Amino acid sequence: MIEFVNFVSNLAMPLMILIIVIYGLLEKKEVFDKFIEGAKEGIKIVINIFPTLIGLFLAVGTLRSSGVIDIAIQLIEPLLNIVHFPTEIMPLALLRPISGSSSIAVATDIMKNFGVDSQIGIMASVIMGATETTLYTIAVYSSSVKIKKTRFVLIAALTADIVGIITSIIVCRFLS
Amino acid sequence: MLNLVWPIFIIISFSYAIFSGNLQNLNSSIFESIESAVNLSITMLGTMCLWSGIINVAQNTSIIQVINKLLKPIIKFLFPEIKGNPKAQDEISMNMVANILGLGNAATPLGLKAMESLQKENKNKKELSNSMIMLIVLNTASIQLIPTTIIAIRSSLGSENPTSIIFPVWIATICAGVAGISVTKLFMKYTNKREKL
Repeated sequence: MIEFVNFVSNLAMPLMILIIVIYGLLEKKEVFDKFIEGAKEGIKIVINIFPTLIGLFLAVGTLRSSGVIDIAIQLIEPLLNIVHFPTEIMPLALLRPISGSSSIAVATDIMKNFGVDSQIGIMASVIMGATETTLYTIAVYSSSVKIKKTRFVLIAALTADIVGIITSIIVCRFLS
Repeated sequence: MLNLVWPIFIIISFSYAIFSGNLQNLNSSIFESIESAVNLSITMLGTMCLWSGIINVAQNTSIIQVINKLLKPIIKFLFPEIKGNPKAQDEISMNMVANILGLGNAATPLGLKAMESLQKENKNKKELSNSMIMLIVLNTASIQLIPTTIIAIRSSLGSENPTSIIFPVWIATICAGVAGISVTKLFMKYTNKREKL
């Protein structure tokens, strides 16, 4: 089972690249030129988020080293233990729907502290990959058409997030 | 949002560290944090450039149209209220393609265009319509084939197998997406009934 999961996971990216490159060649596109053109866009993305990352890594790193996160976790630990929720993941689960860049900082922090390939590290990775910055998305989409009455969108989107986080945890427990 | 959260984080952790005499740790963690942000960005630069390049190749081929066609029946099921609006259907489909391929930067403008078209059909311009809510839920569900950012982070931290998370991510995303769509559909049924009464 684990071998199969690893196989599919490892196959996904190479297969997608292979299909795209072959497709481009068959349709007689300048594959390499287009690749370079897109890669330049990639630089812009990273440069754009770099200052945000510095600021948020500072905030998250000092929250941990000062001991504040430990205290917060101690406070909610009894509650989390009842539902068998891994306490180490809690800061990520709370921040994920609110801010994309700060959840990157928290996830990186968790992976560094518990090991990137440990069960907790993999859980953090899967949660990051499977969920979105819900509140930000709702705000951008609603305000673009100047709507303030959002009806049930928040409940629906947060349900998706909660299910996503819980499934991530269960899948990772099952795999390791 | 961050204009409030960021200063609160800084104030809480710095003042707690000062009062608990944890100053040495605080100082070293300031520089460690900055360093790891730099390290992450440098590794991310590679993955992001590679992936943006590959996706740009895809954008210039007919793969986009192929996926578009595959999505048509799904869109008909999710957005029954926009049957007579092919323009909105196309925009929603392009938004989904961009999401699936992990083109966050392209997905948002396409999604916002679709919101505009949906607003034209919206009966009550001050409230989100059912189709708008479905579109937003789909965009918050993060349905993507390759979670590039997290793979970049994992490889920057020296993971032995950075891509091992792809399949688990698919399972979790699909569950999240199905949950979001089901809740939305349920609410739609309930509110439609109430309107008829």
